Amino acid sequence: MMNDLIELTTTRNNPHVDPSMAMWEWQIPVYLFLGGMVAGMMIISGYFLFSGRHKESNCSCFSIPTISIVLLSIGMFALFLDLSHKLYVWRLFTTFQFKSPMSWGAWILIIVYPALIANILIRPAAWMLKIYPKLSEWANKINQHPFLIKNIGILNMILGLMLGAYTGVLLSSMGSRPLWNTSLLWVLFLVSGLSAAAAFVHLFAKNKIESELLAKADNGFLIVELFIFVMMFLGFLSSARPHFEAAKLLLNGAYAPVFWVFVIGLGIVIPLIIQLLAVNHKIKHTAIAPIMVIVGGLILRFVIVSAGQYSHWFNAHFK
Amino acid sequence: MPRYGMVIDTRKCVGCQDCVVACKTENNIPEGHNRDWILTESTGKFPDIHLEIRTERCNHCSETPCVSCCPTGASHIHDVGGVVLITHDVCIGCKACVEACPYDARYIHPDGYADKCTFCIHRVEKGQKPACVEVCPTYCMHFGDLDDPNSEVSKLLQSRKWHVNLADAGTHPNIFYLV
Repeated sequence: MMNDLIELTTTRNNPHVDPSMAMWEWQIPVYLFLGGMVAGMMIISGYFLFSGRHKESNCSCFSIPTISIVLLSIGMFALFLDLSHKLYVWRLFTTFQFKSPMSWGAWILIIVYPALIANILIRPAAWMLKIYPKLSEWANKINQHPFLIKNIGILNMILGLMLGAYTGVLLSSMGSRPLWNTSLLWVLFLVSGLSAAAAFVHLFAKNKIESELLAKADNGFLIVELFIFVMMFLGFLSSARPHFEAAKLLLNGAYAPVFWVFVIGLGIVIPLIIQLLAVNHKIKHTAIAPIMVIVGGLILRFVIVSAGQYSHWFNAHFK
Repeated sequence: MPRYGMVIDTRKCVGCQDCVVACKTENNIPEGHNRDWILTESTGKFPDIHLEIRTERCNHCSETPCVSCCPTGASHIHDVGGVVLITHDVCIGCKACVEACPYDARYIHPDGYADKCTFCIHRVEKGQKPACVEVCPTYCMHFGDLDDPNSEVSKLLQSRKWHVNLADAGTHPNIFYLV
């Protein structure tokens, strides 16, 4: 049957739909990456607050939330740029659609901001106090209740988890695109977000212990990420034809070069080797490995969004 | 409560595109966009070649990933006939529904909102047929209530062999192709 003729000719030529789906462009992967990395940073900062690391004066949990708000806002602006009916964006917030991951995401983003602000208020930066001196009073009040700080930490970890998971569910809920349609995608995006976050915080962490801890954690995340890829492909390759074909797009198809070289090679394996040598004190910590991890995470989102749109159900149509 | 659907005879369709032109004029579809189209599928091995010509559009499925993914409720199921519609001034143009449709039946209108076939509900509610069905010169298209066992479409489905597009995608499409 393999040599049989299979030819489809269509008169449809809708922009960004034909010849293959390309509706979502750079805005979506940029948002998924920034959202995932902010999710990871919230979990890291939340964990530092929960475990009492905020008692260290140079704990990175004081700078993470401010940077997170900036990055998340850039990501949300990218999302806004993607909308083709921009003036109606407020419609997102006059309803809650239980079955729509995007509706969940819109509301999760709304509650992420107060959690980040609560984290900032534990110790506002000097420039914030200059603008609004009253912040120091609020900070004092919060610092009188250690359990409150612990709970702000827990809140940041939970919301970080929800934000990171949602960036994956947004795609994986689409049964129409076989490459996205795996329940492992949220785990992949969450771990990739954590790994990019650990790498990013490692770059600016002033505390030596934290810096070392984050490099070790990042190595763990990168190894887990490799395992998730193996499990994801095992699932696809033993699934129905459309999913098998979707996996082949990455493994040996059109997207294989960028996937193997940039996502797996330069984004995971090589930085993992460099960082393993660094944490074992064979070489010095440099910015090279973290930057490779961060760029690899960004390219991963681009590859998954683009290849996912390219993957389709038509193969299943031919018996 | 009716359930509207179409039954299309692939043995009568010649791919003349009258349905495409009728849709474009009736619904004022912008240039370069299509709510319906002709698909020609050639399969087999020479000399045993099989050709099927299909006029395709939104399948107005019973299981609607395009409706459930919509974050604003713009994409919805109409009160009459289970027809899948989009409320233009509620749509934010996020394109999730375009991605969610396994048939790629939706597109973004140049004015910004998601758009697709409406089964010409504005005509159907006045007792008329959809424009594409109305103009078909080979009478290969039939529109009606699939839940009424005495309707023309139900009788055709009982008497002829048929298939739907991408049955494995699990969307329970309501457009049937007679073979």
